[in-house]
This record gives sequence, C-alpha cells and structure tokens, in this order.
Amino acid sequence: MSFARLLTLLAVLVALLFLVSLVTGVAAAGPGESLRALVFGDGGPLTLVMREIRLPRALLAVMVGVSLGLSGAAMQGLLRNPLAEPGLIGVSASAALGAVLALQTGFAAAFTLALPFSALAGALAGVLLILLLAGRSGGALALILAGVALSALAAAMTSLVLNLSPNPFAANEIVFWMMGSLADRSFAHVWIALPIMAAGWLALARTGRGLEALTLGEDAAAAMGTDLRRLRLLVVTGVAASVGAATAVAGAVGFVGLVVPHLLRGAVGGRPSRLLPAAALGGAALVLAADIGVRVILPGRDLKLGVLMALVGAPVFLHLIWRMRGQT
Amino acid sequence: MVRQLALLLLLAGPVSTGPGFAAPDAPRRVVSINLCTDQLAILLAAPGQLISVSDLAQDPRSSTMVEAAMAYPANQGQAEEVYLMKPDLVLAGAYTARATVSMLERLGIRVVTFPPASSIAEVRQGMIEMGRALGREAAAQAMLEAFDARLERLPPAPSQRPTAATFAANGYASGSRSLAGEIIERAGYHHLAEDLGMPMGGFLPLEALIMADPDLVIAGDPYPGASRAEEVLHHPALAALTGGQTVLEENDWVCGLPALLDATERLAATRKWGAP
Repeated sequence: MSFARLLTLLAVLVALLFLVSLVTGVAAAGPGESLRALVFGDGGPLTLVMREIRLPRALLAVMVGVSLGLSGAAMQGLLRNPLAEPGLIGVSASAALGAVLALQTGFAAAFTLALPFSALAGALAGVLLILLLAGRSGGALALILAGVALSALAAAMTSLVLNLSPNPFAANEIVFWMMGSLADRSFAHVWIALPIMAAGWLALARTGRGLEALTLGEDAAAAMGTDLRRLRLLVVTGVAASVGAATAVAGAVGFVGLVVPHLLRGAVGGRPSRLLPAAALGGAALVLAADIGVRVILPGRDLKLGVLMALVGAPVFLHLIWRMRGQT
Repeated sequence: MVRQLALLLLLAGPVSTGPGFAAPDAPRRVVSINLCTDQLAILLAAPGQLISVSDLAQDPRSSTMVEAAMAYPANQGQAEEVYLMKPDLVLAGAYTARATVSMLERLGIRVVTFPPASSIAEVRQGMIEMGRALGREAAAQAMLEAFDARLERLPPAPSQRPTAATFAANGYASGSRSLAGEIIERAGYHHLAEDLGMPMGGFLPLEALIMADPDLVIAGDPYPGASRAEEVLHHPALAALTGGQTVLEENDWVCGLPALLDATERLAATRKWGAP
C-alpha cells in the first residue's frame, strides 16, 4: 500500500469514528436526528447535548489520540526502542502529578492555561528523567526499569496529594488520573488543551528527518549533518507539551503510543518520518474507538478509557517483550 | 401563667435549651458517634446528660448545629476513646461504624443505633425513639408537635407541579423514594427521578439530565479543594438549561432533623419565582 493511500485510509477511518462517537450516548435520539440538531440547532435540549457534550468529547478524543500517537512514535524514534511510550515510561503519570498539584493548590485557577502548563511541567520533568536514566546507551531493560520507577513514584505522589485534599471526592479520583476518561468534558477543556497540544504537534512534526537519520546510529546521523541536540530538544518539548496537555484534560491514557506505532510500523516501511503522521491519525482512531467502546459497554457509567486501552495494549506489550527476549 | 409559659416554650420549638429533667432511670452519660444522632441528641437531651458528640457535628460543612455542638467535647468515633469516657449509653448510626459498635457492645456498653431516615415518617419515628432512648419522651413529643405544625404550614402544591432534580458530585441524583425525594415533593415539585425510573436514586448521566430538561436543578454545596467529581456541576451545558438552578446546602437535609424543614421551605420559596 502506498503511503498516500495509507494516510487517506486512516483519515477516512478517523472521520467515520468521529461521526459514530457523535451519535453514541445515553440520550435516546436517532443518528440522523442527532446530527441535524448538531448542525442546524433547534434550541432544544438535543442541540445542547450534541454541541456542549458530544462534540467536545469527540474533539478531545481526536486531540488526545493525535498527541499520544505522535509522542509514542517520536520517543521510539529518538530512543530507538519500541517500548518507549509515554504511559509506560511514566511521562503521563508525571503529567498527571503536575495537573493534580495545580488543581489542589489552586494554581490551576491562576490563569487560563495554568492547568495544562503545570501538566506540561510535570511531563517535562518525566521525559528529562527518563532520558537521563536510560537515554543514550541504555537498552530496553534500563528504559523499562526507569519507567516503572518513575510511574510508581509519580502515581504515589498523585495519590498522596489527592488523599491530603480537603475535598472528600478527590481521593476517588486517583483512578481517573491513572486510567483516563473523557466523560462530561466540555469546550472549556478543548480550548485550554488545544494551544499547548498544537505547539507540541508542531515541534514533533519537525523531527521526521532527524529521526530518519538517527536510524543509522548517532554517529552516522551527526556525520550527515543532523543536529542531535536540537532533535532531542524538539522531541522532549514536543512530547512534554502534547502529553502534558492531553493528560491535564483526560487523565493518563496508556498504551496508545505503544500500540499504534507498533501496528503501523510495517505499513510505512519502518521509516520514522512517515510513521509520525500515520501514528497521529492512528492514535486519533484508537482513542475514538476506545471512547465509543466505554460508552457502549457501560452506558452512562464512566468506564475508564485505560481499561479498554490495557485490554488492547497489554497483549501488544507482551508480544514485544517476547520478541525482544528472543533477540538477546 | 405557668401554662402560658409552657405554651410559649412549645411554640418556640424544641425545649432542649430550657431546663428539663430526664426520667429517673434515664442514662446519665450519653456519647453520640454519628452526625445525625449527635444533632438529634443535642436537641433532646437534658442538661448535662449528653457528654460528647462526634467531630462531624462541629464541622460547618456537614452540621447544621456547629455552635451548639462546640459546647460538647468532640470524639472521633473510635471505640477506645468512647469507652474511656465511661458512657452508659452510646448513640450510633445503624450502618456506620459497625466494628466500633460491636466492640463497645462486647465491652458491655449499651448502644442504641438509628437507621438513616429515608422519609418524613421515619424522621418522626427517629425523634420518638431518641426521646425514648434518652428518657426524654416529653421533649420528643413537643419537638414532634412543633415539626408537624410546621409541616402543616408549608404552602400547598400547585396543580401543575414543576419538575425538579438533584444533581450532586459525580452526577449523583437522589431517588423519589428517599428523604430528599419526599422533601422535593413536599416543597411542591414533581421529582424527575420518578420519570426516569430511578426511585432509589443513582448516577444520572449529564446527557440524560439535559434531555429531561427539568424546571429546577438542585445542586449540592461544593466542598473546598478541587475535584473532578464536582466539575460536572459547572459544565456549560448545565448552565445553558432553560430551567432554574439552585444550590442547597446539603447539611440541611442529610439528617432527619427539624432543620430539614428549612430546606423544604427554601425550596418552596424558590418555586414561587422559579416556576414557569
């Protein structure tokens, strides 16, 4: 399959899932009726449901999916390791810690973008720690060990902060920050996440050529004129911004950055520059599908996205580990 | 003259603040470890009879009687500290602190448990039982009569009742067969939960609430500190509803106390301006 056809196919898939997501929900209304209410608006409650609840939810699913897919592909390219995924290596958990700290200290209310910026800061600290611990020469083992440690630490700190909150509901939200959900999000969340996510996407979109050169090894890439420091900086800031903003509004959604590049790597011939756009679209499709799934399986009960993601993601993860075991 | 004074006291509401005497065989050292029994006991106990209430009764976020409760030493509801107070009667909720209650009973302390009231009838029953447990039947009878009189004075319901729904953190909505449900009915509203087939209450998806488009959404008072559970109460779609919205302090109506009539009267007053 040619690259252009692959992208077209993925884009059509995302568009279809977007429509299905829009017409999935507990409100009893047919798909046609729902979409008419969305587009033309009759001032009734169905229009309100479509415009203020379903549309931001579907948009956020696309945005979160693009962010996580891109971040997974870029990190795997930089570390040359298919296990480098924001959720697995603790970047999402660190972002969640940043967001929870901002919410509980009241800093999130200081200015409009305070919440995603705090999550970005958390994610940035996470990415830098991972690069420090397992970056240059560390193999898969070092990466996973560092990731497990960072995830556990960030999750423990998040739980601690939520348990210390004077709000009796806060402690129950540990599960949201660990597993992620898009239930009852609004356009307010779209607007605070979008600018920072978009900046992250732009940074990651410019890493394609550098990552391509890096497949030949660091020395070869440097010899070909790739500025490795700039490349690293772009990946780190891009991942921190997109994962940070995604986590701030949707919690830590795991496995997207692992599953999507894994499924698409063959179709793009293993080329990082082509994997980036494909993984962005694939991520959007996967999160949309999972978010439709949680609403179909348990309508109105806010099943967490992470549950479905782990069902799909864990086997892929095990398969990768299995294959690596054979290699070493 | 004495009769007139007694009548005045009766009209003034519960006689707890006035001098009163418990029956001779009544318990003398009463400890309460549940928010609802705390408040009912404060209202009904004879002076000096109640020696400690739970710390929740002193918390303005949950109690309606913070100032009155401050007059008593607080307990955290732990068996150990309650036992050391040497009570001859412990008042507890029927479903909370089961381990504490059974421990105290093993230690030979009399414990009377009160189920949470889920209707006005059960609120009245609770008052009678508390009076009996404290040996203060007369005070309980007076409280009951004042309660009934106030219930009687509530404005009559209109023939076309506006619909109301409660919507709390996580989208929890009370059912029509609950104390909150009965308060809403008595305030002259039709309870939305009845139309939605949720007599026992439950988690109401925001979409379902918007589609039902009730005339009044009754939200709880948010706690300090942020929580995602309460974020749904600030969803723009909720604000865009055509009906009215009101915030009701939850401590008014979680317990079967005369104070629940404050909530009922406020709701009924909202209906005067809020009804379409």
